[in-house]
Amino acid sequence: MTGRATPKEPNRRPPIAVLVAAIIAVAVLALPLVGLLQRTPWSTLGTRLGETATLEALRVSVVVSLLAAAVSMVLGLPLAWVLARLTFRGRALVRAVVLLPMVLPPVVGGIALFFALGRKGLVGRALQNWFGIDTLIGTTAGAVIAAAFVSMPFFVITAEAGLRQLDTRLESAASTLGAGRWTVLRRITLPLLAPSLAAGATLSWARALGEFGATITFAGNHPGRTRTLPLAIAQANEAGQPEAAIAMSVLLIGVSLLILIGLRHRWIAPRTTQQKNSSEASPS
Amino acid sequence: MSIQAEVHAATGDFSIHAAFDAPTGSCTAIVGPNGAGKTTLVHALAGLIPLRQGRIVLAGQVVDDPAQGIQTPPDRRPIALHSQHNLLFPHLSVVDNVAFGPRCAGLAARPARQRAEEWLSRVGLADLAELRPAQLSGGQAQRVGLARAAACEPNVLLLDESLASLDAETRTDVRHLLADIEATRVLITHDPVETRVLADQLLVMEKGEIVQTGTPEEVAADPRTPWTAGLLDINLLTGTAAGTEVALEGGLTLTTATPMTGPVLVTFSPAAVTLSTVEPHTSARNTWEAEVARIQPESDRVRVLLGAPVPCQAWVTPQAVGELGLRAGSRCWAALKATELTVREA
Repeated sequence: MTGRATPKEPNRRPPIAVLVAAIIAVAVLALPLVGLLQRTPWSTLGTRLGETATLEALRVSVVVSLLAAAVSMVLGLPLAWVLARLTFRGRALVRAVVLLPMVLPPVVGGIALFFALGRKGLVGRALQNWFGIDTLIGTTAGAVIAAAFVSMPFFVITAEAGLRQLDTRLESAASTLGAGRWTVLRRITLPLLAPSLAAGATLSWARALGEFGATITFAGNHPGRTRTLPLAIAQANEAGQPEAAIAMSVLLIGVSLLILIGLRHRWIAPRTTQQKNSSEASPS
Repeated sequence: MSIQAEVHAATGDFSIHAAFDAPTGSCTAIVGPNGAGKTTLVHALAGLIPLRQGRIVLAGQVVDDPAQGIQTPPDRRPIALHSQHNLLFPHLSVVDNVAFGPRCAGLAARPARQRAEEWLSRVGLADLAELRPAQLSGGQAQRVGLARAAACEPNVLLLDESLASLDAETRTDVRHLLADIEATRVLITHDPVETRVLADQLLVMEKGEIVQTGTPEEVAADPRTPWTAGLLDINLLTGTAAGTEVALEGGLTLTTATPMTGPVLVTFSPAAVTLSTVEPHTSARNTWEAEVARIQPESDRVRVLLGAPVPCQAWVTPQAVGELGLRAGSRCWAALKATELTVREA
């Protein structure tokens, strides 16, 4: 398993213009972070992050993002299976609707959720009449729904791609060895899909963690219930407390970096597809 | 009967129509050119392809009968299939791959593992138990795949080119293993020796249909299509070697160019046998007097089937038949060069 790139070929120096543009691109992406880190009050960072409001926002963020990722997985996996394995009329439409939140401005999602799930909304009224749920607005459950709305597509698209790449002949082979459908799912499909599921779960969790627009529009900005770290950062910044905003931002940057490190095999250095090891494993 | 099959099935534009029976414990070899529908037939038996019409009964269980709405999924059939692509589970170790079937059959982890280890040692791979499939060579993967199917200990074992990528020596071992398995076996093969040694009955498939059925000897004696003739036009004799001498079962001793000891298979082409009316004095190391069992004219040549002391075939021209006065029951001399013989371990 060599990860080394092939040796550089001679006479393939990149054009200067390409190099310049690439350097500018890196600057555009990196300079804001440098600016932020340069302003970071490192000496008081610990105490700032230890403040009650920050810890509360962190707690809400962790709870909301993990629950949203869980909802994305539990509902998203069957959906991915249906999209990958069944052919039916309108599948393209279903997939488009499912993926829409990825490109939709989150605030639009928040508005849509508000008018659907709010007190007078289509679903909101039904919830109240049938389940006695007064309202989701202003509740942690509402924040979870907003986060799941924007993050589930990331899980579905990743899991569907994984299912499509899966060699279905392996599942057939399992059935010819006596495995029923559930055994095939449990012992073949899911284990083979595990890398895709992990990547999809991480992506959707990361998206949920950064969620701002849909949450504040639909669930509101209530400390301890719906005020996640991004909401708290915006709040602190507007309230003239840039240090607090910076401290929480640094925290989120750290988490994001950890996520990227976790996903590095998928994005930063894509593995070659299924390397075949042709060498003899042992003399026989 | 362990298998009673009447199969009308289709994949895409291609359809097969085949019917055959196989007694319990027998071995049926399916031969035929690429694209003849051999794998499709075996997949239909396995339940991977639905029948359009027909009926399949395996070990007394009606597994397919579209007219009555019966279509049993693969896991509820008394079968195990070894596919030509092996399809080992990449996330499981070799031993867990082989233990997969026994586990599905309800065996607890430990006895399943024991059975898997037994089968691995029967295919000579006991020491690779903990490896992953990606670490195996092609031949090793094939033996693991075979062990995995056999470890299910099914009533009917379906083998799609299970010996194709094995080297000569392992092939012999695995052939012995297959001969010893109690299950009713259905085997797709391209190897005439395998066919002759293993099969009780031979199905020749071409273009989705069975064009000939019989024992390998029957089919070889009277191949109905050019393809069959091409595959089976090989004389195969069994005997015991001591150096370059092979004592055949019919009493004749042949001289070969390859020194061996113990039981061997001797093969040679019908084209390598020359016939004459008097005892020949040639450089050929092997000459014997034989009885002509049958004369069978074909389009451009005549197939002469020799009887005692050893049954084999020779090709001669139609002119030669007249000149030598060959006819069923007459006697003639056969000559065969030692270098035309291929000898391999039985």
